Amino acid sequence: MTDRKMPIYLDYSATTPVDPRVADKMIPWLTEHFGNPASRSHAFGWEAEEAVENARAEVAKLVNCDAKEIVWTSGATESNNLAIKGAAHFYAAKGKHIVTVKTEHKAVLDTVRELERVGFEATYLEPEPSGLVDPAKFEAALRPDTILASVMMVNNEIGVIQPIAEFGEILRRKGVLFHVDAAQATGKVPVDLASLKVDLMSFSAHKTYGPKGIGALYVRRKPRVRLEAQMHGGGHEKGMRSGTLATHQIIGMGEAFRLARLEMATENERIRMLRDRLLDGLKGMEELYVNGDLEHRVPHNLNVSFNFVEGESLIMGMKELAVSSGSACTSASLEPSYVLRALGRNDELAHSSIRFTIGRWTTEADIDFAVKLLHERIGKLREMSPLWEMYKEGIDLNTVQWAAH
Amino acid sequence: MRVTEGKHMAYSEKVIDHYEHPRNVGSFAKDEEGVATGMVGAPACGDVMKLQIKVGAGGIIEDAKFKTYGCGSAIASSSLVTEWVKGKTLDEAGGIRNTQIAEELALPPVKIHCSILAEDAIKAAIADYRKKYGEEDGAQKAAD
Repeated sequence: MTDRKMPIYLDYSATTPVDPRVADKMIPWLTEHFGNPASRSHAFGWEAEEAVENARAEVAKLVNCDAKEIVWTSGATESNNLAIKGAAHFYAAKGKHIVTVKTEHKAVLDTVRELERVGFEATYLEPEPSGLVDPAKFEAALRPDTILASVMMVNNEIGVIQPIAEFGEILRRKGVLFHVDAAQATGKVPVDLASLKVDLMSFSAHKTYGPKGIGALYVRRKPRVRLEAQMHGGGHEKGMRSGTLATHQIIGMGEAFRLARLEMATENERIRMLRDRLLDGLKGMEELYVNGDLEHRVPHNLNVSFNFVEGESLIMGMKELAVSSGSACTSASLEPSYVLRALGRNDELAHSSIRFTIGRWTTEADIDFAVKLLHERIGKLREMSPLWEMYKEGIDLNTVQWAAH
Repeated sequence: MRVTEGKHMAYSEKVIDHYEHPRNVGSFAKDEEGVATGMVGAPACGDVMKLQIKVGAGGIIEDAKFKTYGCGSAIASSSLVTEWVKGKTLDEAGGIRNTQIAEELALPPVKIHCSILAEDAIKAAIADYRKKYGEEDGAQKAAD
């Protein structure tokens, strides 16, 4: 096992490597075909524009919408900002209330916070302990002056899939715009914008084997959704997002999404098998908690808490694995994952969570190596843990008076 | 300094050494003579340290053991102080300052709280000893 490539990458939800087939497609557009797609007076511009439009069509095909509804951005963070701020400001005369969920990505939460600062009002819904939002509670949060709701399709930490179709029906009936952050969804779950009542949807390339620094926003045409631009300039992208198009990045995203469309069905089967193998390998372990609903979940994600072991020491003890911890205790604020806290997990379990995300180049041998390592290292850390010792002695840790520091 | 994987995770060689080869992990038997325990921190804060000292004749700390729930720096800080307190009197051990621990382990500013916790653990163990056995001469009596 010592000749394995270390560390083993199990953090595909943080980012994915660019698929070599994607990289190959991108390179000529950096060197040879370097034209500005906005140049209308010569062949350099024409060929770049044609390639950009082909890529736009590929992105549209993966999510079953019209290519004209796709606006290029720098990534899902920008898409979220453009969608939420752009729609809120455009429709501000209709109302000032926005509904979102506590487990959204910071790119949504902080954008909504910013809107609150300038006079909008927001409701942050609490998910169920499964991580899913109850549609009845969702509907109950809507007010006559609600203009926009924003819910992510797939959660980045726990991988749960929200009932977007149901939310869409409710919102359309109530005449409320619906934004969905689908950064973690493309290539993992089918997205059909022809049937979903979604008005705005954010995409990212680098979570789906494309390059970083490129994303897109879907803006529905029927019924038409209007946005106030957040980036002003040359009026690119129908005035919704000015700035010279990054041809090579766009081509990378188009190719990545094309491959996702062609390969996702078979790829996801393989990935589900690996995820189940990982879960089965850990199942015998005491005091192991799976975070988030296992059924309504992308196959790539396994998020577990190892009780009585602290997250950062766990990550440090698993330097052979590149994974994410739910504990941000490396920062000065000692904050456990806000997503796990929103599910009602206590601080200890939130601190001791690890997110494994599996992807295109994960192998069975990688999973088996990870399982063996986890058993060994968690055993060692628990031997070192006073909390584990107390648990084994039958002490209820909730009855202990801790001196907070 | 060697930088390990993950953001903000820069650990000194000494922290890594203590983390990978922790000294004096374990617990003394509950009824063992001359043993006192200091438990500090809170699970909700991400660190709990349990430091035990075993005081022998003459009020000298003969042995020490620890268990720590916490990050690598917390484990290293507690492992280090188990080495440092051995052979010291209670007063000498009580004089160990968090700044010495932080300096020895080259802790970055965000990890200073680990060294503070280790200092608190020593103080808590000493206080427990004094509560159980009285002052140091009490230990001698107990040891007789």
